[in-house]
Amino acid sequence: MSDLKESASQTAGPYVHIGCVPSFAGLRGMYGGHDLGAAMIDGDVVGQRITLTGRVIDGDGAVLTDAMIEIWQAAPDGTFTASGFNNWGRQPSDTDTGQFQFETLKPGAVGIQAPHILVWIVARGINLGLTTRIYFPDENNSADPVFLLAGDRANTMIATLTEAGFHIDIYLQGPRETVFFDV
Amino acid sequence: MTEYLIKPRNLDLHPQPLAPYYRSTHLRSPQHARLHYAPTATEMSAPTFGHKMLGEHDGDLILNYASAGLSAIGPRIIVHGTLRDEDGRPVSNKLIEVWQANAGGRYRHKKDGYFAALDDNFGGCGRCITSADGAYSFRTILPGAYPWPNGGNDWRPAHIHFSVFGDGFAQRLITQMYFEGDPHIALCPIVQSIPDADAIDRLVARLDMERTVPMDIRAFRFDIVLRGRSATPFENQMEGT
Repeated sequence: MSDLKESASQTAGPYVHIGCVPSFAGLRGMYGGHDLGAAMIDGDVVGQRITLTGRVIDGDGAVLTDAMIEIWQAAPDGTFTASGFNNWGRQPSDTDTGQFQFETLKPGAVGIQAPHILVWIVARGINLGLTTRIYFPDENNSADPVFLLAGDRANTMIATLTEAGFHIDIYLQGPRETVFFDV
Repeated sequence: MTEYLIKPRNLDLHPQPLAPYYRSTHLRSPQHARLHYAPTATEMSAPTFGHKMLGEHDGDLILNYASAGLSAIGPRIIVHGTLRDEDGRPVSNKLIEVWQANAGGRYRHKKDGYFAALDDNFGGCGRCITSADGAYSFRTILPGAYPWPNGGNDWRPAHIHFSVFGDGFAQRLITQMYFEGDPHIALCPIVQSIPDADAIDRLVARLDMERTVPMDIRAFRFDIVLRGRSATPFENQMEGT
């Protein structure tokens, strides 16, 4: 057996965009001008298209404008192998409003787990990427083991239904602090 | 295909969310402890990226933003190593992305207003995909140290940011690589937020004269380790979790 240990995390810092979304950062033509993870739907797909927006909010109530958010989710059929769909998306917070936005498909249940989206947040001041989940207000989450684990804080993971789709506000601190996981 | 559970993360090897001397953590560190659960089907899967995605110079920061016939300014270096998990298995065919300041310590980013000049021929990002044996390699220039607003006279050691994917999303990691012998490592609040001296040392790349190309380019070696995967078959887990 090996005695290797996981490499320590370090903050992604304020310039994460250069490495992960270089076209957003203004690096002309880098990687063909295409930021990885920008498009989750790249073919004919079956299922409900949704717009997922959100914000990450600090302990002073300020919206982060320098974060990067990745999501990983099942397709509408509950698998990670459906064609035409990438399961993975990556978006920066808007540099002015702080809002991030994904054009995706509503995930299906994964086994006994309710439909959910795994969310991973990195930014300046975040030493180890923060993992949370998004659940849906129009689904039955009451038997989902991860949702239940969060107890009376589980509601911090439920998106709100908006005219445009679904929205989640992720609070890093304070009375509405979002549930984050060690998984 | 065998699927592996991902072993629990040893949080003692990582910085705590709140690092008192790293000011940006004060309002961005969650105050509740992270809730633990064993990775489910969601966290044990991850996106895959093919070698075909890569352009010819994606892994060459000396050339990938340079005008034809020109190259980035700065000491030329190779950064290479292996990507393995804690059980020593190579983590193959996985995307590694890097970003860094230029040789003067300036990032090509609208929020970086440091005095050092931009280099027209240096963008500051690169990417590659690990080979079957987990090996990776970049060519770049040695980044400069730079000052940053943290309330005092704080300078970042020269560093390269790494974003790494594994076989499961639970292995996802972003970290920074430092250079052997840099006196700023011991002074940096971001580095020193890691509570374990050996864990810090493992983020320090070593000069590698074997891979150094005479009269051309020096090499530094940096091995990256992701969380291990236990051999317990996925099928033994609670259905759907």
